[in-house]
Amino acid sequence: MLWGSRKTINMNYFPDEVLEHVFDFITSHKDRNSVSLVCKSWYKIEKYSRQRVFLGNCYAICPERLIARFPELKSLTLKGKPHFADFNLVPDDWGGFLYPWIKAMAKSRIGLEELKLKRMVVSDESLELLSKSFPNFKSLVLVSCEGFTTDGLAAIASNCRFLRELDLQENEVEDHRGHWLSCFPESCTSLVSLNFACLKGEINLASLERLVARSTNLKSLRLNRAVPFDTLQRLLIRAPQLVDLGTGSYVHDPSSEAYNKFKAAIQSCNSIRSLSGFLEVAPRCMSAIYPICENLTFLNLSYAAGLQSNELTKLIQHCRKLQRLWILDCIGDKGLGVVASTCKELQELRVFPSNPFDAGNAAVTEEGLILVSEGCPKLNSLLYFCQQMTNAALITVANCTNFIRFRLCILDPIKPDPVTNQPLDEGFGAIVRSCKGLKRLSLSGLLTDQVFYYIGMYAKKHEMLSIAFAGDSDKGMLYVLNGCKKLRKLEIRDCPFGDAALLEDMGEYETMRSLWMSTCDVTLGACKMLAKKMPNLNVEIINESEQTESNLDDSQKVDKMYLYRTLVGHREDAPEFVWLL
Amino acid sequence: MSPPLLGVEEEVQSNVSSPSVDCGLGLKERNYLGLSDCSSVDSSGVCLPDNNKNNLNLKATELRLGLPGSQSPDRETELCLLNSGKLDEKPLFPLLPSKDGICSSSQKNVVTGNKRGFSEVKGYVYKEKNWMFHEAGSDSESPQSVGHGKYPGISGVNVILSAMSHGAQASVTKDEPANVLQKQPHATSGINLKQTDISNNKSSAPAAKAQVVGWPPVRSFRAKTLANSSKNNDEVDGKPGPASLFVKVSMDGAPYLRKVDLRTYSTYRELSAALEKMFSCFTLGQCGSHAAAGKEILSQSKLKDLLHGSEYVLIYKDKDGDWMLVGDVPWEMFIETCKRLKIMKSSDAIGLAPRAVEKSKATN
Repeated sequence: MLWGSRKTINMNYFPDEVLEHVFDFITSHKDRNSVSLVCKSWYKIEKYSRQRVFLGNCYAICPERLIARFPELKSLTLKGKPHFADFNLVPDDWGGFLYPWIKAMAKSRIGLEELKLKRMVVSDESLELLSKSFPNFKSLVLVSCEGFTTDGLAAIASNCRFLRELDLQENEVEDHRGHWLSCFPESCTSLVSLNFACLKGEINLASLERLVARSTNLKSLRLNRAVPFDTLQRLLIRAPQLVDLGTGSYVHDPSSEAYNKFKAAIQSCNSIRSLSGFLEVAPRCMSAIYPICENLTFLNLSYAAGLQSNELTKLIQHCRKLQRLWILDCIGDKGLGVVASTCKELQELRVFPSNPFDAGNAAVTEEGLILVSEGCPKLNSLLYFCQQMTNAALITVANCTNFIRFRLCILDPIKPDPVTNQPLDEGFGAIVRSCKGLKRLSLSGLLTDQVFYYIGMYAKKHEMLSIAFAGDSDKGMLYVLNGCKKLRKLEIRDCPFGDAALLEDMGEYETMRSLWMSTCDVTLGACKMLAKKMPNLNVEIINESEQTESNLDDSQKVDKMYLYRTLVGHREDAPEFVWLL
Repeated sequence: MSPPLLGVEEEVQSNVSSPSVDCGLGLKERNYLGLSDCSSVDSSGVCLPDNNKNNLNLKATELRLGLPGSQSPDRETELCLLNSGKLDEKPLFPLLPSKDGICSSSQKNVVTGNKRGFSEVKGYVYKEKNWMFHEAGSDSESPQSVGHGKYPGISGVNVILSAMSHGAQASVTKDEPANVLQKQPHATSGINLKQTDISNNKSSAPAAKAQVVGWPPVRSFRAKTLANSSKNNDEVDGKPGPASLFVKVSMDGAPYLRKVDLRTYSTYRELSAALEKMFSCFTLGQCGSHAAAGKEILSQSKLKDLLHGSEYVLIYKDKDGDWMLVGDVPWEMFIETCKRLKIMKSSDAIGLAPRAVEKSKATN
């Protein structure tokens, strides 16, 4: 009855342009993917109107097919190597090359405007081709990439006439010194964001000053260590409109003229909301930035090894509006207490180890975390490297139910609760139980199968799980695979999970982006079987020994296995040490 | 011997094969072999006494991978822990006293008899730098085998042997794959022996650290950058660092030296004023005979007289190793070349150019 009285509108009577216009409002990748599945005409309309594509694994599809699918592509995000490559678990030359993508897009005359890459190998050649093939190219963001030098950057600077964004985050760049920045032509005035903090070498300071002076839209500027304090001061005078600032060398004599000028300059930069840098820092000069602290929403001092706890806390006491804080563990538990009492808007906290390989000396413990979780009600994202953790602390922290990302790294990876000597199962169990929106979890400490039981039972929204040195048996992994249906990325190292767990539910892997298992109990035979049964998966073994494939028998355990779903089968650029099963 | 050392050596006895788990309070249940050694110590250091007791049992009960009766291969003496004479034992349970004396937990040890052979032996190696101190000179560390204590029945406990540079000896008693472990910087199947370039201060290496590969999970870019930063920020004698430039200052007759950061001053005057203040406690004694007895506060001018007068000269050692009088070159040039400072008695300054002594007298 109710149905009958409703007027249904058949959207297919709308002309394509109208549908396209409607689709313009749908920006999330997931939603657009869903839209394209509705019917053929929607698929077609969506296909031609799709401009932004995100590819979490560059080997899931090949460039040609991507271009065929989305010919109007303007913005592409690509991720290459598996996450554990960040920690040296993946040998060089594994893959993730940008060049084929640039070549294919150039050939098909794609009007590429934005490119964002993570963990890819980017050659100078590809940067040069990029700079010459896409006249409207506007934005290049490289995160944790490698393979290029400042010559490639020079090509980008020279040829991309409308460049708005050049953002280099934590890349390994071979620095041929200085001249790339001078390659920005005088006519280039479009820069909005320039981040070269990861470069190690000198740059031409005069060119930098001129560039900043003529880039009136510049909002984000992150300098590298080679830019001295004097220059920083002069840059601030030219760019008081900055929203995001990364200092270069922050060392100067507090009694000097330049320092006084700096203090004056920074006071007029009242748009700055985000501050980073301080790779070199003179602690006594920090007071100069107090005036801008009250407006900061993001503070990244995670590279400021020269600041001690008291300097850090003095600074943070001025930062009442902070939403994101990245800091070194030398801040200490007490310092975190100051954070807890000052930064009531805090959403994201990352505490990095200042001495990563010195487990006895991490300066923060569970106490700091408790203080922050109690004092910052909006906390939803955590990365915490610490000396130790207790179940009681985690249970207390679990009262902060908003966590979306929870990554805990105890520097000694199998350390139990030091008070009770129990594994941390109950603590993490409490976290997954009460944080119903948890999407990303990284575990550490002494853990048994029990924690996986909890994860499987409660962590329904989990998308990414990182496990190391945990569990007792295959059951652990099975709990996870069976319980976390939304899992997209699972990465496991040094756990006693073997063939039974791997092969139990092979279809599961097609719903995930990738699975990494290293130093587990998985055998070559099982991997081969998985590869055979699941043609839509690429199962890759990384073998760094001198044995060849034929020498190993199936019962031997593999050291590193990486599998991912793909539409295009085996990749062609795998190096010798990667076996494609 | 300090207790921690004692604890370590005793733990060292228990050889590779005892799976163990942190049992600071002597909890034995988790160790499926029934061994009760406490390989790791929690921060309270409670474990130690237990270790002492347990060690007696360990040797008898330990499960070793070698042929019955065989000892583990000798390790090179690079392992300080072995210096006690227990060369045949592997320091598998090194206690890691942290700087403040608290024992931080170390590793779990293990390896089980593994029907697949040693290639499955896995685990991780972890050493804290304090312990490496004795091993100065050896860049590589011997990987210690460690692993989980909780792999009941699973063949192949995980031990990662990570060699820093050249081959380190396997710390696990093994038969033939042992040499594989020893020399290969690369992993054989099942063994993750990767030469990590996790920044670990390769160049400055206070002491080589053997580590778990890829742990802690810090991006290598970040780890390298922090390592370089700390190098720069550290007080390195005379090494010009952008952040600070600490040089030693010695004074004749003073029982200990001081260090000053030359970058905190911008003129010679500032430097000498600071030095005066620093060394006033020493000159007090010196001028006790000159000043009235019982006078506690020495006036500034009196000090100045002492330093600038005929009593003392300020000299510095430059890059070439020569001792020069302070004050001749422009300040910026001075801090570039100064490696060390010395407050020397004028009477000892006879070796310097005569005019130097004249000059110091003249500034009186």
